Amino acid sequence: MSDQKFVNLTIEGRQVSVPEGTTILEAAKTAGVLIPHYCYHSGLKIAGVCRMCLVEVEKQPKLAPSCATTVAEGQVVNVYTQKALDARKGVLELLLINHPLDCPICDQAGECELQDYTFQEGRADSRYREPKRFNPAEDFGGDVLYVTNRCILCTRCVRYMGDVAGDRALCVEERGDRAHIGIAPDHDLSHPWAANVVDLCPVGALVSKDFLNKARAWELDRTASVCPNCSQGCNITLETRDEAVVRMKPRSNDAVNHFYLCDEGRLNYQWINRDDRLETPMVTGKPASWDAALAAAGAALKGGSAHVVAGASLSNEALWLLKQAAGVGKFRVAKGGEAPLPGVKDLALRADRAANATGAELMGFSRADNPLATAGKIVLIAGDDCTDLDTSALAGASTVIAICTVIPKGLPANSILLPIANFAEEEGTFTNLRGRVQRFLQARPAQGLARPSWMALAGLAAAAGKNGAFLSAEAVFIAMAKTESAFNGMSYDSVGLKGQMAAGAGVTA
Amino acid sequence: MGYPYKSHPRETPILSKYFGDPEARTLEGWQARGGYRALPQALDTDPVAIQNIVKESGLRGRGGAGFPCGLKWSFMKIGDGKPHYLCCNADESEPGTFKDREIMRWTPHALIEGCAIAAHAIGAETCYIYIRGEFTEPIAIMEQALAEARAAGMIGANACGSGKTINMWVHRGAGAYICGEETALMNSIEGRRGNPRIKPPFPAVSGVFGMPTTVNNVETLTAVPHILNNGAEWYKAMCLGNPKSTGSKLFSVCGNVARPGNYEVVMGFSFKEFLYDLCGGPPPGRKFKAIIPGGSSVPVITIEEAEQVKMDYEGFMEFGTMLGSGGVIIFDDAQSMPKQLARLARFYAHESCAQCTQCREGTAWMTKILERIVAGHGTFEDLDTIFELTENMTGKTICVLSDSCGAPVTSGITRFRGEFEALITGRRSSTVAVG
Repeated sequence: MSDQKFVNLTIEGRQVSVPEGTTILEAAKTAGVLIPHYCYHSGLKIAGVCRMCLVEVEKQPKLAPSCATTVAEGQVVNVYTQKALDARKGVLELLLINHPLDCPICDQAGECELQDYTFQEGRADSRYREPKRFNPAEDFGGDVLYVTNRCILCTRCVRYMGDVAGDRALCVEERGDRAHIGIAPDHDLSHPWAANVVDLCPVGALVSKDFLNKARAWELDRTASVCPNCSQGCNITLETRDEAVVRMKPRSNDAVNHFYLCDEGRLNYQWINRDDRLETPMVTGKPASWDAALAAAGAALKGGSAHVVAGASLSNEALWLLKQAAGVGKFRVAKGGEAPLPGVKDLALRADRAANATGAELMGFSRADNPLATAGKIVLIAGDDCTDLDTSALAGASTVIAICTVIPKGLPANSILLPIANFAEEEGTFTNLRGRVQRFLQARPAQGLARPSWMALAGLAAAAGKNGAFLSAEAVFIAMAKTESAFNGMSYDSVGLKGQMAAGAGVTA
Repeated sequence: MGYPYKSHPRETPILSKYFGDPEARTLEGWQARGGYRALPQALDTDPVAIQNIVKESGLRGRGGAGFPCGLKWSFMKIGDGKPHYLCCNADESEPGTFKDREIMRWTPHALIEGCAIAAHAIGAETCYIYIRGEFTEPIAIMEQALAEARAAGMIGANACGSGKTINMWVHRGAGAYICGEETALMNSIEGRRGNPRIKPPFPAVSGVFGMPTTVNNVETLTAVPHILNNGAEWYKAMCLGNPKSTGSKLFSVCGNVARPGNYEVVMGFSFKEFLYDLCGGPPPGRKFKAIIPGGSSVPVITIEEAEQVKMDYEGFMEFGTMLGSGGVIIFDDAQSMPKQLARLARFYAHESCAQCTQCREGTAWMTKILERIVAGHGTFEDLDTIFELTENMTGKTICVLSDSCGAPVTSGITRFRGEFEALITGRRSSTVAVG
């Protein structure tokens, strides 16, 4: 904060003070004014080409592109003067003359900036009487389809691929109104972070093949969440329709993922909706009530110390309750290749393909390649991370308790199964690889009789004679923050939707 | 008038004196004709002193904008520790302009000397001569002249024995009108797509490779050795009344005229005498109708207006047009203005770099409207749309290509509305200028 100079200016009659070098567009945001724009994106280099953000600056004869004009002391900026409105209306008319106006079949409809700004400031009609330009759509590879006719050539995608993803796959081809986004020879958008161009595209020109024609934007419910697919902990919005997750979108968080989400993360969501779920508690192969199942499990846990196998995808709350019920144990993390995004510091698809390995470690659980190998008489498995392990070690166990969303293969017939919700169906927190504790919220209801993992494990703790009197995930978090030093002083309020660093975790991410 | 004809006695051949003289192309021949006298002296002179002489001479940019040359040079901070660059703009892409081509064809060493002096004056050790790719002959001649100058030590590591380094390279354009715009030219030199850059930062702060850069037109740079040889006062004296426009200017005359070609006259020359005396008037049996006096980007004026013009920067502005690059395009009474302007608009639509919305979509839309009017399917509303569209396209984009498309078209409609209306109403095209 030290010696940064601040500049005072007036935007739409409001006094603002912003750091020197800020653009008018960013300064206007602090005054509560969103200047319409297309090519500008705060994560990308400034292009200044769409000319949509023109505003009137007093004492300047020409309208200024607010994305490319830095603030000056005493400047008076007017966003809604007739001159500025006319200029932006003109840009909108020109952007639409060759636009197919195929909103009814366009995936972007409802979340399209061309629609929004046209509704806000554009003309009701067009004076264009000529035939519209037509270009065929093109498959750009990866998850991206380019619908040329809808493109407004803002070049966000070109700049993202070149400057952020470090793969100059895209360019502007041709000149004049024949121009379109082109793909370099022998390139496609198979870069592990390429699908972000779909989010960056302000219109429906770059669309997701996975989401193509699946749902209308206004039918979706949106829930703040955290991507469960690796330990980076990218902030996401889970988008659901009819209680099924249909799309995962990045949610901006400058401390973690900026505006981005990798392709593997965003496309790996179908498992959330799977319907072969464990929907009812089971005792020795037969459905049982929760009370009966918990009583059986509690009795078993009272009979001796259990071998605990934790899931690295369980929430901090569930892991802490697991520790309360049966002590710490081992966990296994699925591994995959790393894929960094070169333009953003400390952002990558991480090798740990689980959301909460760090949380488990902070809680005292330890990593093991085969956590079942040393199983004893009483085995407690929580989470779904062990379903593909060799279960022969369980043959000698007297009691196996599995707390999971699907029935693991190879369990002994007399196992006690407790159904839990997956991360999209409950509330909780994950701790990412840098120690950032982040909340995720419930996006869809749990299936059958499945309970949120914290509730199931609180019940188990109570049945085992420990403290299990918690009425919400938040109550668990508060209790955990009191006893676990890494989480000292934290609450759901302090974590918020941007996360908070766990104590002792030095590196920011 | 230059090659292949003799100069008209009323011309002031300074830059064009040796047009048509093949011996002037060689280093030896050029030295025999007074070349390379200014350079060794200049290299021993303080750069700021040279800037001041050029400032004092009143030399203004000949590429179109008419910015004072010495002032432009003074924006370069000498000794700021950064490499400076000089770019010579030899793209000459403005339709109707062909003066730089002749300078490079006949007097390549004049340009080299001018570039070397300018490079020294702005503290640059590297100069790029950006030549339009279609200029195959001038490129070959320039390359050869550069090789000669390098071999003779005029430029290079120890230019003229001064101990100063002035490297000079020819860079070929790849055929884009917009690369004549200085920031697009710099992008093109860097190997990028020739798109204009946002200003600020201006080239003097961040130009080629992000370093301070000055871009000057061929004709501007070629005038510099003459100014140093003869003094600022001599150059300043070459003006007929208006002290803001000094020196001689090459005008490229084309279109419906008896003697097209390059003419060099003193600033402030009567346009009427220029057209009827020097250029020989209209072709036999015809009358002049309209003139675009400064390359295709400037507003078109009627012959009645043109006859009152004094040929300098302010003189053309008085009639709502510009001196521009000095590309005089003449239309006689047999030409259909709507057709000619549609053709011009088509050029701009083709050459728009596609960055700014107004230009990318607007130039193409304007072309379509004009071509529809020419085809006989226009409406009166179309004319209004063109004016509103031009308003939309003017002063709102990164560069002025979009403005340049609107200027000749709207000025043409204003001055020759009758012809447009005749096409719209279906009457025979009237070629009589109105208003």
